[in-house]
This record gives sequence, C-alpha cells and structure tokens, in this order.
Amino acid sequence: MSSDTRQISSDHDISVDSRNALLEISGVGFDYENAPILDSINVSVDRGEFVALVGPSGCGKSTLLNLISGVLSARSGQITADGNMLRADRLGNVSYMQQKDLLLSWRTVAENSRLGLELRGVSVRESNEQVRALADSFGLSDVLDSMPHELSGGMRQRVALLRAVLPDNAVLLLDEPFGALDAITRRSLQEWLLNVLDTSNKAVVLVTHDVEEAILLADRVLVMAPSPGRIVAEIEVNINKALDASALSMSQEFIELRGAILELLTRQEAVV
Amino acid sequence: MITSTSLRALIVNWLPAIVVTVLLIVMWEVLVDVLDVQRWLLPAPSVIIAEMFDSFGFLMGNTRITMFEILVGFSVSIMLAVSLASGIVWSRTIERTIYPLIIASQTIPIITLAPLLIIWVGTDMMSKVIVIVLFTFFPIVISLVSGLRSVDKEMVDMLRTLGASPWQTFTKLMIPSALPSFFAGLKVASVVSVIGAVIGEWFGSSSGLGWLMKIAGGQFQTARVFAAIVVLSILAMALFAAVVAVEKWSLRKYPPTANRVIRLGES
Repeated sequence: MSSDTRQISSDHDISVDSRNALLEISGVGFDYENAPILDSINVSVDRGEFVALVGPSGCGKSTLLNLISGVLSARSGQITADGNMLRADRLGNVSYMQQKDLLLSWRTVAENSRLGLELRGVSVRESNEQVRALADSFGLSDVLDSMPHELSGGMRQRVALLRAVLPDNAVLLLDEPFGALDAITRRSLQEWLLNVLDTSNKAVVLVTHDVEEAILLADRVLVMAPSPGRIVAEIEVNINKALDASALSMSQEFIELRGAILELLTRQEAVV
Repeated sequence: MITSTSLRALIVNWLPAIVVTVLLIVMWEVLVDVLDVQRWLLPAPSVIIAEMFDSFGFLMGNTRITMFEILVGFSVSIMLAVSLASGIVWSRTIERTIYPLIIASQTIPIITLAPLLIIWVGTDMMSKVIVIVLFTFFPIVISLVSGLRSVDKEMVDMLRTLGASPWQTFTKLMIPSALPSFFAGLKVASVVSVIGAVIGEWFGSSSGLGWLMKIAGGQFQTARVFAAIVVLSILAMALFAAVVAVEKWSLRKYPPTANRVIRLGES
C-alpha cells in the first residue's frame, strides 16, 4: 500500500468493516477533573435503527452524546459516525438536538431553522425552500416569520428539531428533546416524532429518563448505570408500533417491558 | 409625527426631570438675588442665559470645533475598543499581553499626560483626539469583553454541532449577544468623551469650549464659563441620546433573550 493512498483505503476498510453500522462507539471512556464519567462504552447503531439510552441522572448519558457529536473529546476509545472518526470531522456532520431549544432570540423561526444550512454556505433562497418543504409536517408553516419568544415550549422544540435535521446528517442525536415540556405536550410530540421523522436512513440515539418514551420511540433500549457511567443492559423492543401511543401504552407487552426496564433501573439504585 | 398618546408618554417620562431642573434654577436665581452674590463669583441663571445670547456666534464657533473633536475621538475610540475586545476574546495570548497594558493605561492620570501630548503631537486636533480616546476606550473595551464572554456556553456548543467555524460563532452569536453590554459601555464613554475634549483643549489649544472656559475664567467672565458648561452639557446629553437611539434600534433588530426592565422599587 503506497503512503499517499493509505488514508483513503483505511477509510474504505472501516466502512466495509462496520457494514451497516452508521454509528460505532468502541471502548469509549471520559473523565472530568480526574473522575471517571464514562467507562468502556460500546454501542453500535445500524442504519434505520432508533436506540434509546435510559439511566438515572448523572450517569453520563448527555456526556456520551457530547462525545458522539464532537463537542467533547474522549479520554479513550473510538467513535465513528457516518465514516467520520475524527472529532473535528464529526462536528457539523452529526445532527444533535439538545435538551434546551437554544433558539437565537433575534432570528425568526425560519432563520433559526436554516441556521445549519446557512453555516454550510447554502444560499438563503435554497435553505428557505428546504425549510418551507418541511415546515408543514413540523406544524410550523404559520409561524415561520414569528420570533421565538412568541412560541410555546412545544413549538420551540419543533423548531430546534427542524434546525437539527435540516442538514440531513445520517446520525441524529436527541437529548431529552421533550424533557422540559408538560406531559400532554410531550406525549403528542412523541407521537408526532414517530410519524414525521423519516428515520429509515438514519441512526438515531435518544437520551431520556422517561422509560415510556424510550419504549415508544426506540427499537432498542440501552440501560445505563452511574459512577462511572456504563451500559448494563440492552433490551430489544419487539412490539407493534402501529398502534397509537395511548393504546400502545396499555398493551401487555408494553407494560411488561416497562416493568423490566424500571426493575433494572431501581436495582442499580439499590446497589448505589 | 407625534400622536397625542406618544406626546403624553413623552411628558410623563420627562416631567420629573423638568420639574426638578426648573425648581433648582429658580432656587439658584432667588438665592443669588437674596444673598447678593457677586456676578463674577456666581452669576444668576438669567445672567448666564443673557450671556449665551450675547456671545452666541462666539460660543457656536467653538462648539463646532469641540463637537468635531468629540465625534472623531469617539469614533476612533469605538474602532480601537472593538478591535481590542475582539482580540482579547479571540486569543489568550492577546489577552495576556494587552489586558495588563489596557488597565495600566487607566492608572495614568490623563490630566498630567495632556501637556506632554501637546509637546509630542502639537496643539492641533490630534492631541485632543488622543485624550478623548484615552478617556473613552476603557469603558467600551471592558463592557464589550464581558458582553462577548457572557455568551451561553450551550449556544456555542449548539453552533459547533451545526459546523460553525470560530468566525461564524463570533459573528452570528457572540456579537449579537454582546450588544446590550456594548451599549452600556458606549453610554458611559459618550458622556466621558465630552470631559476628554475639554481637558484636551485646556492644555494647549486656541479654540474650542475648553479653551474658551480657560480664557473666560482667567478674565473673571464667569457667566461665559457657565454658558460654555451649559453648551457642553447639552452636547453630552445629545451624544448620549444618539447612543440610546442606536441602541434601541439595534436591540429591536437583535432582541436579547431577557429584555424585561426590572425595577426593585415597583414590585
């Protein structure tokens, strides 16, 4: 192998090795001020897969998303997101919706939504077209010219999600996207998310402390434990998502699954 | 066009200040008259106003010169302060080298520096501009640096995940977020710039309101000194009002996250 083709062929090898996995996390550890926050995390998320991370607060769930997105750098291990192994390459190539909406108060809904496209150098006209194309399904077409402070919390979260998904990255990270909302709004947004978001081509990682939300949205639930943060269980969600959310949450399978996950979470509380 | 409601708001806003000012002036007039204070010691307001009319042309000619110095000095100061603050926020090395110098520059008693400046750069406008800059750049730099620094860390991370370069983060997030602090510093500097111009003129000039006050004071033309003070106050207030107008305009365009006016006395 000649030296000038080495980089290209090694990239090629990785995409072959990981086959369908869009997101590959292997042996990742992270320290904060010498205290271990995360220890040897291994996660692999395939194309079209929706994975939820549940765990008590302080177990490092959000830290893991910050590592995947490239906001933080890991102490050890390797993260590959859609072929990007370097932290600097993942920044801007992984969609990340944070817990807070983080909308810029001086920009309209449309201007906030197209921020990611704007930073990539997409023209205003082109990015506005992309915003308008999705605004309808996001329920935002009537408020595109409104300012963020005129919107309800639920609407603001929709804008934040639209901003995150518009750059159309293959890996999408959601950090408690509905955590700050009231129960009714949260439930309706969860149902809406299932319908509106085409995740068939994406690898999605959702962080939540709401077990029902995890079951409702994800194909696979990873249970985390704190100090140091680690994954202690992995549960496949094999229930029929065709039902609507309220019917689903009444079903026997749903209740059993929820019980199993809660059991896992409370058991580690007792250990701690 | 002033509508009746906006006129009412204007009156309500300014009435307290106007009433207090008028009361003070009346008290001054009465006291000078009753206590029979000498005109060269403390002229009555009526005498000062008469002096303003008598030497109107002379006053205005010198006002124009001082005003021009202020506008040039203030503009230079803003440009200097914006580049210094940006450099400080941008690079740790610049911060470590420049910040101590900026603070040291403020420990120099500028009044003692003014005569030296005359020796170094002469008695033309340059020396006044330098004094104004020395007086005004500090509040702008300090407030702008703290404004640029006060930006929400999570907002910065959000922009990074969208692929923002440091420059994009600076222009699209930090500058708009820093506007309220920037204008707070600018308001302080606008008033101080008038003082800077007078001090600059005091120490070596043949024109301007500072020079006029020095000459008139030496000749016991106290009414003329006060007339110049009145004009200087009007200049300072006009400059302040101009800054407030630009502030209002820019904050309408870039509203900060929390823009509620808090008054602890009116819960």
